[in-house]
Amino acid sequence: MANSINPFLPKIGTVLKVVQETPNIKSFQVVLNDQERMKSFRFEPGQAAQLSIFGVGEATFVINSPPTRMEYLQFSVMQAGEVTERIHQLKEGNPIGVRGPLGNWFPYEDMKGKDIYFIGGGIGMAPLRTLLLFMLDNRKDYGEITLLYGARSPQDLCYKEEVKEWEARDDMELILTVDREFPEWDKRVGLVPNVLKELAPSPQNKVAITCGPPIMIRFTLQALAELGFKDDQVITTLERRMKCGIGLCGRCNIGTKYVCIDGPVFSLAQLKELPPEL
Amino acid sequence: MSNKGRFLATDKIPGLLKRLGGTYRVFAPVKVSDTVILFHEFKEGAQLALNKQATLPPKEILFPQTECLLSYTYHKDPENLEKSEVQVEETLEALPTIIFGARPCDARGLMVFDAVFNDGQWRDPYYKARRKATTIVTILCTQPENTCFCTSVGGGPTNTEGSDLVLTPVTGGYFAEPATEKGGALLQDEAFALGHNKADEAREEREKVSLESELELDGIAQCLLELFSTDFWKQVSAKCISCGACTYVCPTCYCFNITDETAGVKGERIRTWDSCMFYQYTLEASGHNPRPTKVERYRNRIGHKFSYHPTNYEGMFGCTGCGRCIKACPVSLDIRQVLREVKVHG
Ligand SMILES: Cc1cc2nc3c(=O)[nH]c(=O)nc-3n(C[C@H](O)[C@H](O)[C@H](O)COP(=O)(O)OP(=O)(O)OC[C@H]3O[C@@H](n4cnc5c(N)ncnc54)[C@H](O)[C@@H]3O)c2cc1C
Ligand code: SF4
Ligand code: SF4
Ligand code: FES
Repeated sequence: MANSINPFLPKIGTVLKVVQETPNIKSFQVVLNDQERMKSFRFEPGQAAQLSIFGVGEATFVINSPPTRMEYLQFSVMQAGEVTERIHQLKEGNPIGVRGPLGNWFPYEDMKGKDIYFIGGGIGMAPLRTLLLFMLDNRKDYGEITLLYGARSPQDLCYKEEVKEWEARDDMELILTVDREFPEWDKRVGLVPNVLKELAPSPQNKVAITCGPPIMIRFTLQALAELGFKDDQVITTLERRMKCGIGLCGRCNIGTKYVCIDGPVFSLAQLKELPPEL
Repeated sequence: MSNKGRFLATDKIPGLLKRLGGTYRVFAPVKVSDTVILFHEFKEGAQLALNKQATLPPKEILFPQTECLLSYTYHKDPENLEKSEVQVEETLEALPTIIFGARPCDARGLMVFDAVFNDGQWRDPYYKARRKATTIVTILCTQPENTCFCTSVGGGPTNTEGSDLVLTPVTGGYFAEPATEKGGALLQDEAFALGHNKADEAREEREKVSLESELELDGIAQCLLELFSTDFWKQVSAKCISCGACTYVCPTCYCFNITDETAGVKGERIRTWDSCMFYQYTLEASGHNPRPTKVERYRNRIGHKFSYHPTNYEGMFGCTGCGRCIKACPVSLDIRQVLREVKVHG
């Protein structure tokens, strides 16, 4: 997409389906109206797009369906402000603008042959879902796959149908946790970083990929370091307020790097080379 | 410079601009009050102010303070009001334009824009089209002001980088020399007389200009990184009131925002100037703000201009030393003083 056409011009898509994931998160399955464009749309796991509601504005979301399943592009949107509120009002058949793909992606080539340890919290499960599904669709390329996924309460867990599926699979391990006890909850209780410490995965031949709210990421990174993970074995995604998404509006820099083009995916080793301004 | 020089008498300029106005949009610095000079579209009778730096740089002509990126229209299905379609149209317009009477620091400012908007990984089609359609006529500075420090940041009062036609003030007018083909084309106009007898005077005028490089900026990028986590920024930004004036008057600042404006079923997506000195600029939806106070914001502004931009763009500073932020700052923060202190402490 670079250079050839106007990068500010969204492609028009249509909402195929809306799934209420949690009280404040909905997933939207979107197809581009131009069938040729939809067919030729290429992206990598972890890349984002700007969704447009014309008249309200744009906001950034990761494309959380994997490139191995191109029937539609899925976005999971947590209600946070103006644009997300209007996105939540969308119904099947409504138009939506899509500008992307934007940003870098998970270095899945470098992870081949390794054990993968996903650690997700809240809406941070969205980018992890893309990579997880991509890896499950290319299962033989990767070693053991583990997902530790936490939410505040059972009803705050996204992708409930898939979670059941993942739980049933014998080629991956799923650990679910919620912040505190709930009557119907018979799985783990505790904050993600604490559960991680209890589980104490060995860093041997492993890559840990974590995504979630800033505070969760901070403590998860600490826990991983305590467990002996090296900085280049840890991958995370950063959030910044974005507008252009293409390195021009100047908004999302951390030192010389722009989260919108050099990120959102960074290894901990890369992060440590940046000025401490997260 | 070349021997293709021509002489442009001062009294021929209004006629020249009027004729050029037949083919181009012509912008020139006009005196709007005793203290304010602005680039306006030239009209006959306007009071040209060519002997002083304009209050604002001409960046607005290529990168408008407000511009439309696209327009959209919703079409409702009368049978089913739940259903709607949206049609989006690109609104890209680039008319042939002349900026007459820029300063070398203004022309170099556009080179900072070029690096980001024209030659980067992603191009900005709006800027790109306007840039291509624009010819820059620069007047060299034979009398720099006391706020000017262009020589310290790689430019100079007689620097011609980024200009298409270069004018050197001489007795009775200007000696005009083309720096690009685009600039040379303007010399066809009848206002330009044969100027061989002025070439020597122009050269002498240029040689006479004295603006010493007052700042020693070698290694400043590294100094800035070393100071990043120190209290230094608290001290230097103490006076700042986050008004953003420094960014609005700057010929190299390009941060922008994008917002939608709707009237009924139609609307426009608008790009407007924004400023890294504002709290909202980096405020995230979660409420988290990576640059919550003026300390981080001031640090980022200086860091961007003197460390990040040069690191990303082959050593070019994001500052052309025009001194406008020094003149505009309501609390008299002087970027030169800050840079000196960076070198002392870093
Ligand atoms: C790479 C990346 C991927 C992301 N992926 C996802 C994802 O998959 N799912 C998801 O749900 N989210 C994701 N996000 C976060 C998402 O982009 C934000 O939640 C979204 O932009 C919020 O948009 P909004 O317009 O609804 O909020 P806004 O209306 O912009 O505002 C939210 C809040 O910001 C503040 N604010 C905004 N503008 C102003 C202003 N002018 N003045 C004062 N305060 C202001 C207010 O506090 C407001 O309540 C991602 C972000 C990034 C950077
Ligand atoms: S930072 Fe100040 S001196 Fe430098 S180009 Fe901008 S306005 Fe001019
Ligand atoms: S002009 Fe001066 S007070 Fe205003 S934001 Fe810039 S440095 Fe701060
Ligand atoms: S979002 Fe505009 S520079 Fe990153």
